[in-house]
Amino acid sequence: MKIKEIAELVDATFVTGERQADTEVDFGFASDLMSDVLTLKQADRVLLITGLCNIQTIRTAEMANVEAVLFVRNKNVTNEMIEIAEEEGLVLLQCKYSLFRAAGMLYTQGLKSIY
Amino acid sequence: MHFEYTIVESDFANAGTASSSIKKTLKQLNIDSYKIKCVVVAVYEAEVNAIAHAYGGTIYVDIDGEKIIVKIADKGPGIPDVALAMQEGYSTASPKVREMGFGAGMGLPNIKNNVDELDIKTQINVGTEITMTVKF
Repeated sequence: MKIKEIAELVDATFVTGERQADTEVDFGFASDLMSDVLTLKQADRVLLITGLCNIQTIRTAEMANVEAVLFVRNKNVTNEMIEIAEEEGLVLLQCKYSLFRAAGMLYTQGLKSIY
Repeated sequence: MHFEYTIVESDFANAGTASSSIKKTLKQLNIDSYKIKCVVVAVYEAEVNAIAHAYGGTIYVDIDGEKIIVKIADKGPGIPDVALAMQEGYSTASPKVREMGFGAGMGLPNIKNNVDELDIKTQINVGTEITMTVKF
């Protein structure tokens, strides 16, 4: 699924990485626990869906090779987070839906689960 | 190739800067991306541990054609029971660490799952030295 299709499905806006809108992701992983995200070593082309919005979310995405992060419930992304995400070529999306709703919508549309 | 990074106590904003720098170096060396992920996930977890539990420390990185060895030496309280700390789910993390998305007792098990060799030396009220090796 292309990142722009994900954005359309959950009414998300691009915070960073709009130029990578055509990048494909295969898997979705929804978690606020970053140690859980760091167990995804076998999977690539992953979208992280989370309500945890801080520097560690960005660093975790970087270390786990996540393609894009979707922040749910209108979380406020700081300039520092944007700076690191841009440096690492990480796509950041923001939507107003809950973690449950965003994950459910994307799962039913074909984004695969990991565990 | 040898690098060193300093870890500052409670400097949560900078957790991940060493792992990020190591990632860039390994990419430049054309190391396999799966191996890079293993290294940086382990180092990042260890960085978070050192910032969260210790009073600062140093990360020593040595890279040759076959492997990377990362040693994280902290000045800290030490780990009273390493076997217990290695158990998934066991945690002594503060609320601050949990706010960051960590503190679920997965750090050390996660490190072990990503490296070929792991050595933990710890002394109560002195500090902990974690040495991890990943073969390329």
